[in-house]
Amino acid sequence: MTMVEEASRQIRVLHEPQGYAPSLTSISLAGPDPAAGDPDAGENGWPPRPVVSPHPWATERAARLAAEGKGRRRRDTLLYLDGVTKSFDGFKAINNLSLVVERGEMRAIIGPNGAGKTTMMDIITGKTRPDKGEVFFGGDVDLTQHDEAEIAGMGIGRKFQKPTVFESHTVEDNLRLALSGSRSILRALFHRKDAPERQRIEEILALTRLEAKRKMLAADLSHGQKQWLEIGMLLAQDPELLLVDEPVAGMTDAETEETARLLRDISQKHSVVVVEHDMHFVRALGVKVTCLHEGSVLAEGPLDQVSADPRVVEVYLGR
Amino acid sequence: MIFARHLGARVWILVAVLVAAAILVPAANLWLPASHPLHVPNYLVPLLGKYVCYALLALALDLVWGYVGILSLGHGAFFALGGYAMGMYLMRQIGGRGVYGNPLLPDFMVFLNWKELPWYWYGFDHFAFAALMVLLVPGLLAFVFGYFAFRSRVTGVYLSIITQAMTYALLLAFFRNDMGFGGNNGLTDFKDILGFPIAARSTRAALFAASCAALVAGVLVVGAVTRSKLGKLMIAVRDAESRTRFLGWRAEHVKLFAFTLSAVMAGVAGALYVPQVGIINPGEFAPVNSIEVVIWAAVGGRGTLLGPVIGALLVNWGKSYFTAAWPEGWLFMLGGLFVVVTLLLPRGIVGTFDHGWDALRLRRRARLAERGGSSGATDAVPNPAE
Repeated sequence: MTMVEEASRQIRVLHEPQGYAPSLTSISLAGPDPAAGDPDAGENGWPPRPVVSPHPWATERAARLAAEGKGRRRRDTLLYLDGVTKSFDGFKAINNLSLVVERGEMRAIIGPNGAGKTTMMDIITGKTRPDKGEVFFGGDVDLTQHDEAEIAGMGIGRKFQKPTVFESHTVEDNLRLALSGSRSILRALFHRKDAPERQRIEEILALTRLEAKRKMLAADLSHGQKQWLEIGMLLAQDPELLLVDEPVAGMTDAETEETARLLRDISQKHSVVVVEHDMHFVRALGVKVTCLHEGSVLAEGPLDQVSADPRVVEVYLGR
Repeated sequence: MIFARHLGARVWILVAVLVAAAILVPAANLWLPASHPLHVPNYLVPLLGKYVCYALLALALDLVWGYVGILSLGHGAFFALGGYAMGMYLMRQIGGRGVYGNPLLPDFMVFLNWKELPWYWYGFDHFAFAALMVLLVPGLLAFVFGYFAFRSRVTGVYLSIITQAMTYALLLAFFRNDMGFGGNNGLTDFKDILGFPIAARSTRAALFAASCAALVAGVLVVGAVTRSKLGKLMIAVRDAESRTRFLGWRAEHVKLFAFTLSAVMAGVAGALYVPQVGIINPGEFAPVNSIEVVIWAAVGGRGTLLGPVIGALLVNWGKSYFTAAWPEGWLFMLGGLFVVVTLLLPRGIVGTFDHGWDALRLRRRARLAERGGSSGATDAVPNPAE
């Protein structure tokens, strides 16, 4: 590093304001100061090393290389959270959270109230910026640099805890607005319904079992049907990753089972992260489970292993 | 909207009524003798024309309030800006016929001892340029204002307050003499428009017909926009803005589009209003005017095409009638009207009618299904879940 410091010192000297003409001569005539060692000379016969500018990009090369190494490790992941922290008025909703979701994986996230599950989803979908930490999608897209609409466009869909559908539109229109495709305002103004669009809506109606309700206003659907419509809207969006927040809250047992079936179907083609309190439902999903507590990961693994973990029992499942 | 389904026929009825009015009112004024029972008196033509302009303004507000959920309390500003653009054209048409006889400068500039025309008055002697400015000035203001407001996600009451502040700021600015828009007195003493004397019966009749045509165009534009996919998106933004964002839509662009289009419509309404009332002054920027527009739309029924038109016509007719019959009572009636509508008719006249009609149909269908027995006929009844 001494050489770098020397080089930057020289540059600083050259740029010191000494009047225009003298500094010009010092550039053109004065060679490297022999007392300070020639920065252009090679070492051990290697070709001369280039003068490293004091710009951060050059001086922090080591840090960059380390980051690139990390980047290689995260390249194959679909969702990569590392050391994410977010606090609201001093309360740490998310505390040094690290979580990796592989491509094609379905993951269930459990945890007591206030464990930071919803805040985590807010961070992934761009609603909330983390105070620190890395959030990457598809290995190399830094999600902290994008807003909700951009992130949705990249292929992350989200279902809210409280079913959020467009109540004054019909079921069909809800799906139509969610269908993947252009998000340009002018195109929407001159949009015409066409056959492929109809067909995709039919498929989703069939998958979510809402065919008979297609002309109904979403406001008139039952709670469970609204949840399904919202999942259907996620499917219409055709995202790579679905974030599903408490899909079975307020559902009957039969509906819960149906929803588990639906999500298993969906996970054939999409990666899914499900936040849920209902342990029967999580068991029915039969996937890897992450337990959050106070904003960080408490335990991770198959459900049986996680639910046997004494710390999980302590904070969440109850003794 | 529940009533979006049977909206089509009604819009065409409204259009037909407006077209008929555009033809019949001038005809009844110009060609029927004054003794004829169907004769429309001279004073009534510009008065009706004024109402029609108000209806267009209410429709413009409804586009942003009823369909996108942006409660603008500053739409009077766009109306007034359109009016000022038209007023500037009319001022330039006066030419040497002013009190001071200056062929170039309007009277108020001569009075203020100005020696030359300010640069922003150039071009307004051409009607085409003025017409362009009628669209451009309100549109541009709305675009810039909306760009910053919606990008920063200012919503709800905060947005309403800054729209109110905007129109108030313009009011104060236009009051100043050195702005070059006639200060307190505004622009008046108009002589002619497109070469026709502005106070002539035939010109007034033509202006009335033009106002009706503009309202028809406004109804058709708003109808087309709100029934497109973008219109559905507007309602979606109104009801669940964050949902649209997480679906990848840019809610701020949707709002900006509606707000700008609405401001342009308001500008057109203002431009047609000014030649019919013969004056434009800073009073048009008064916050109270913008609030009145909100009342018209609320009374008629927001989120409908007919509502704001009916609301504007009814309330303004009431205003004209009661300010003559019982002058000191009008403001109380206006306030009372707002309270009554908010408490008893939150959907407005058209909305309440639609809602009642829908409920009636649902009940009748349910009764029919009951009478038809329990065998599968219940399928015909939509599930009234809540």
